[in-house]
Amino acid sequence: MTDLTRLTIAEAREKLRGKEITATEITGAYLDAIDRANPALNAYIVVTHDKARDMAKASDARLAKGEGGSLEGIPLGIKDLFATEGIHTQACSHVLDGFRPRYESTVTANLWTDGAVMLGKLNMDEFAMGSSNETSYYGPVINPWHAEGSNKNLVPGGSSGGSAAAVSGFLCAGATATDTGGSIRQPAAFTGTVGIKPTYGRCSRWGIAAFASSLDQAGPIARDVRDAAILLKSMASVDVKDTTSVDRPVPDYEAAIGRSVRGMKVGIPKEYRVDGMPQEIEALWQKGIAWLKEAGAEIVDISLPHTKYALPAYYIVAPAEASSNLARYDGVRYGLRVPGKDIVDMYEKTRAAGFGNEVKRRIMIGTYVLSAGYYDAYYLQAQKVRTLIKRDFENVFAAGVDVILTPATPSAAFGIADEDMAADPVKMYLNDIFTVTVNMAGLPGIAVPAGLDAKGLPLGLQLIGRPFEEETLFQTAHVIEQAAGTFQPQKWW
Amino acid sequence: MSVDLQTVKRVARLSRIAVSDEEAARMTGELNTILGFVAQLNEVDVSGVEPMTSVMPMEMRKRQDAVTDGGKAADVVANAPATEENFFLVPKVVE
Repeated sequence: MTDLTRLTIAEAREKLRGKEITATEITGAYLDAIDRANPALNAYIVVTHDKARDMAKASDARLAKGEGGSLEGIPLGIKDLFATEGIHTQACSHVLDGFRPRYESTVTANLWTDGAVMLGKLNMDEFAMGSSNETSYYGPVINPWHAEGSNKNLVPGGSSGGSAAAVSGFLCAGATATDTGGSIRQPAAFTGTVGIKPTYGRCSRWGIAAFASSLDQAGPIARDVRDAAILLKSMASVDVKDTTSVDRPVPDYEAAIGRSVRGMKVGIPKEYRVDGMPQEIEALWQKGIAWLKEAGAEIVDISLPHTKYALPAYYIVAPAEASSNLARYDGVRYGLRVPGKDIVDMYEKTRAAGFGNEVKRRIMIGTYVLSAGYYDAYYLQAQKVRTLIKRDFENVFAAGVDVILTPATPSAAFGIADEDMAADPVKMYLNDIFTVTVNMAGLPGIAVPAGLDAKGLPLGLQLIGRPFEEETLFQTAHVIEQAAGTFQPQKWW
Repeated sequence: MSVDLQTVKRVARLSRIAVSDEEAARMTGELNTILGFVAQLNEVDVSGVEPMTSVMPMEMRKRQDAVTDGGKAADVVANAPATEENFFLVPKVVE
């Protein structure tokens, strides 16, 4: 019998509808795979065996009657940032110790309405702050990919490292993820998977633990472009519970796959050729350009002059919003409480014990840049620069560019406990140099695997689109996927 | 601009995070590295540029001023570390 965990969502959907397989069988196959692999990969922090089997059984009943939604019986992993009713939801932080929400996030509720099955909660950087999944209270996630001939453990990227590792390692058919500065696209690139951050406002943020509210967006990580399109269609919605949810219908993203890119104008921004970028990344970018040209797209050189300021502006805006959002974790309404001699002492001790170092660092930076005397110099300046970053994109789109092609990351996956990055937080932040511009401008961006480096590790390309033109991204990413193929790790775990 | 040990301790206090002297000393270095990195924003000419307030042009959605939800006191306090009769319990605030 074929290994059911190897099926794409599109393939599993056909076999489930055709009654060749049952939701119970495919769910069981995934639960077995997780139980075997998770001690090595640490992608899941909670596996919901019973709930998964119950949901699968209900899916089978619907499928038997010829009913069922667009994801009926498809087993998914859920990033721990999403509130799941009655189930561990801690943003992989100790400060939310024991939190089991009495409500369900809109994005996950949409998936369950469409028939998906929940396998469990996925590991992530604490409060989505990190680029290597090493800031999790539950320990690092291990990338299913090893360099050729090496046993060295690599990071899966972050913050959606558990999502990317679980998808790449065949521990779920697809996963939810979130992206504030690159947290979907960078781990997708590090694991040979497809990840899309949709336009700001496309997926409801209701029930997702807030990091930086003006930047946070949910999106899927999947094994191929079609699966990402299927998942986003279900995750996206118009939601009155999120005032920044945009009131426009969700298109059928899957229908965009297979459309030609002939005549499409693809912009190549010169500012994304950064100092010290490995030759392999440049070569990959050139390959992507060649593939799109062969498919009939017109390649144009463009300039996004404020690109280099996106990352520094992000490290003011995001911590500022985080310091405000994370003020709620005070030991009163939920989670951890460390007793103190008075209420302020209790707050301070609770937060000192509950937050990890990276989260503390960002809260402190955010508090500082918002404090009296520094607000104009830092925060206001950063918000003005953000306007300029967005204007750069508006100018090239107004000049007729349909989509922008860039590398997804400045390197392939690096080792666990990398000494350079541990010594200098800015080195870790530079992982997001190509992805963070997209969050600052609120645009949609997709990372699609495009090849392997000399060590056999996956590398990704990024496509950036106009607001709400996710269909263009799926259409173009599929052309790259057709040319590049798909990539699976050699099983070692 | 850079921060000294005293400023770090003041910011930690504002952030309601207890820090030891050792932690504050370590954080001073880390925060200065980050502040050094973001200082390059000062190169950018922002004269006449409006600060961004909303990344997507959108109007705040409004609704009828009417009760749409509620009666969930037990749910609201369900995850609290200490409660009594649907109230959150905290250390004494007023003497």
